[in-house]
Amino acid sequence: MSAAGRVWRFGDAVNTDQIIPGRANVTTDPAALARGCFGECRPEFAARVRPGDVIVAGEDFGCGSSREHAVIAIQAAGIRAVVAASFARIFFRNAVNLGLPLLEGTAAAGTLADGALIELDLAAGRLIEPTTGAVLQSRPLSAFAARIARHGGVLDLVRAHGSLRGDCSAACGPLTPATTPQGGPTDDR
Amino acid sequence: MGTLVEEILGARLGRPVAAGETVVVPVDLVMSHDTSTPLAAEALARLGRPVAHPERAVVVFDHITPPATVAAAEQQQRARAFVAQQGIPRLLTDGISHQVLPEHGLVVPGDVVVGADSHTVTLGAFGAVATGMGSTDVAVAHATGETWLRVPDTVAVRLAGRLQPPVSAKDLVLEVVRRIGSDGARYQAVEYTGEGAAALSMGERMTLCNLAVEMGGKAGLFAPDQVTLDWLAGRTDRPPRLLAPRAPAYVREEVVRLDAVEPMVAMPPAVDSGRPVREVTGLPVDQVFIGTCTNGRLEDFAVAAALLRGRRVAVRTVAAPASREVYLAALRAGHVEALVEAGVLLESPGCGPCLGRHQGVLGPGERAVTTMSRNFRGRMGHPDSEICLVSPATAAATALRGRLTDPREVTG
Repeated sequence: MSAAGRVWRFGDAVNTDQIIPGRANVTTDPAALARGCFGECRPEFAARVRPGDVIVAGEDFGCGSSREHAVIAIQAAGIRAVVAASFARIFFRNAVNLGLPLLEGTAAAGTLADGALIELDLAAGRLIEPTTGAVLQSRPLSAFAARIARHGGVLDLVRAHGSLRGDCSAACGPLTPATTPQGGPTDDR
Repeated sequence: MGTLVEEILGARLGRPVAAGETVVVPVDLVMSHDTSTPLAAEALARLGRPVAHPERAVVVFDHITPPATVAAAEQQQRARAFVAQQGIPRLLTDGISHQVLPEHGLVVPGDVVVGADSHTVTLGAFGAVATGMGSTDVAVAHATGETWLRVPDTVAVRLAGRLQPPVSAKDLVLEVVRRIGSDGARYQAVEYTGEGAAALSMGERMTLCNLAVEMGGKAGLFAPDQVTLDWLAGRTDRPPRLLAPRAPAYVREEVVRLDAVEPMVAMPPAVDSGRPVREVTGLPVDQVFIGTCTNGRLEDFAVAAALLRGRRVAVRTVAAPASREVYLAALRAGHVEALVEAGVLLESPGCGPCLGRHQGVLGPGERAVTTMSRNFRGRMGHPDSEICLVSPATAAATALRGRLTDPREVTG
C-alpha cells in the first residue's frame, strides 16, 4: 500500500482562506474548487499539482472557517493525504467525514523540503523519506474518528448503521493500524 | 458535577459526562447559510435521507446577500429549493445567523446547537453548547437529529473588575486571544466566569464567545443568568435549562483584570497578535469597517455614532448592522443618521465585506481597520492587503483621522 508522492510544503497556521479563498468557494463543483485551491498564496499549485502529491505542513493546519470546500478542493486537486504537526478542529472533522487521509505528527514533517519525494503507507499511518529513511508515524485517530475512517466517511457510516450509533462488526471493513481505536486524550476532537 | 459544557451535555443526555469521552448527543438546532447549505443539501441527498426534524432546522442568508454575483444567486436558489423540499419552516434573510437566531428566540440556555459556520460559537453566550462544523456534519445532524462530540476540556477565563470605557468587550477578547494563542484552546471550551463576567451585557458576551474559535476552541460559554433571561424575554416560549458549573475541573485558568485592559489591535495576519493601540497609532488606513457577528450590534453602533456625530470620516468607512432588528433600533436611536451624515457607507444587514466578496473589497497594499474577528492575509480582498482588528470605538476614531487612532484621544 506504499506509493511515492511529491511534497507541497507549507508552514504553520495554514487557514481555510488560503486553502480556498472566500471569493472562490461560491460553488460546490469539485473541479472548480480544485482550480481555486491555494489560488492566492500558491498560485502555481492548481496547475502543477499531480495526483498522489502530499501536503506537508506545520501546526494548526486548516484553522479558520468551517468551509468544507477546503477539504473538497484539496481532494479534487488530487492530493493523497495531508501531513501536519497538528490540525484545526473543524478541518479535521471535515477531512475525516469526507475520507481525506490525515497524518498527524511532528517527527519528520519539519525537515521535508518542497518537492521532495516521499512514500506514504496510509494503512500503517506512516510516512517515509526514501533518501534519509526518516519515518513519521502518525498519531492514531480517536476511537470515533477511526470508526468513521473505517467506513470511508461519515455518510457511509450513517448509511451502514442508520445513525451515528451502533457497534461496528467485521462487515464494517478492516481495522488497520492507522485506525486502531486507541486515541489518547489529546488526539480527539 | 463539572464544567458548564459538561453540565449542559450531561443534562441533554440525562447522565453525567466528563471531558475526554465521546458522546452522540441530540441536537436542538441545526443551522447553515447561503454558502454552506448547498453542500449540506448534496450530502443529505447522497445519504438518501430527509431532514428528520425540520422544526429544528434553520437556513440563514447572510454571507453574500443580496447576491453580488450570479454564482452567489445560484447558491441561494439551491438553498431555497432545499428549504422548500425539506419543509424547513425558517429561512431567515434579516441578518447574520449568530445574531438573528437568538433574536428569533431559536436558542435557549441548555441547547446543543450545530452550525455550518465557525462563528456558531457566538451562541454560547446564551449558555448553550454551540459549535461550528462542516456541511456534511450538518447533514448528518439533519438526518439523524444527533451529532458526535468529544466532551471538551475547559479553559476558564476569570474576569475581575470592570472595563473602563472606551475600552470594550472587543479589546478584552483580543487580550484573551493574545494570552491563550490562536491554537491555545484547540479542541477545548472557553468558559467565562467571575463577577466581571456576570456584569457583562448579552452583546458583550456574544463578542467574547464569538472569538472562541480564534483560539481553536470548540465552544465559548457563559453560564445563563438573569441577563440572559431578560434578553430572551418575549422571544421564545421554550423553557431554558439554567445550568451552572458545579465543582468544575478546568485544564487552565486565566485571570483578566478588566480595569487594566487597554484599547487593543490585533495586527495582521494573526488574531493572537494583539497589542495596545497606543503602540501603533498613526498607521495609515484605507478602509474602516464596523459590523459583523463580532461587533455589529446596537451598542456597537451607539459607540460609533457617539464618536462620529457632527464630524466627517477621513477614509472610506463601511458599516453593516448585524441584523434588521439592530438596523431599525439604530435608525430609531439616531445612530444611522449620525453615521450617514459623517460620510459612512451604510450596508444592508449581513456579513458585509468580512469575507472579501463584496461591499468593501481591498486592493493591493490596502489596509483595513475593522471590528471583525479574522485578520488572515487577503481575507478582505487582494492577497497583499492587510487587516487590523479593533473595537468599534477604535474603528470610529480611526475613521475620523484616516490613521490608526486610540479612541481615548478623541473621546469627549
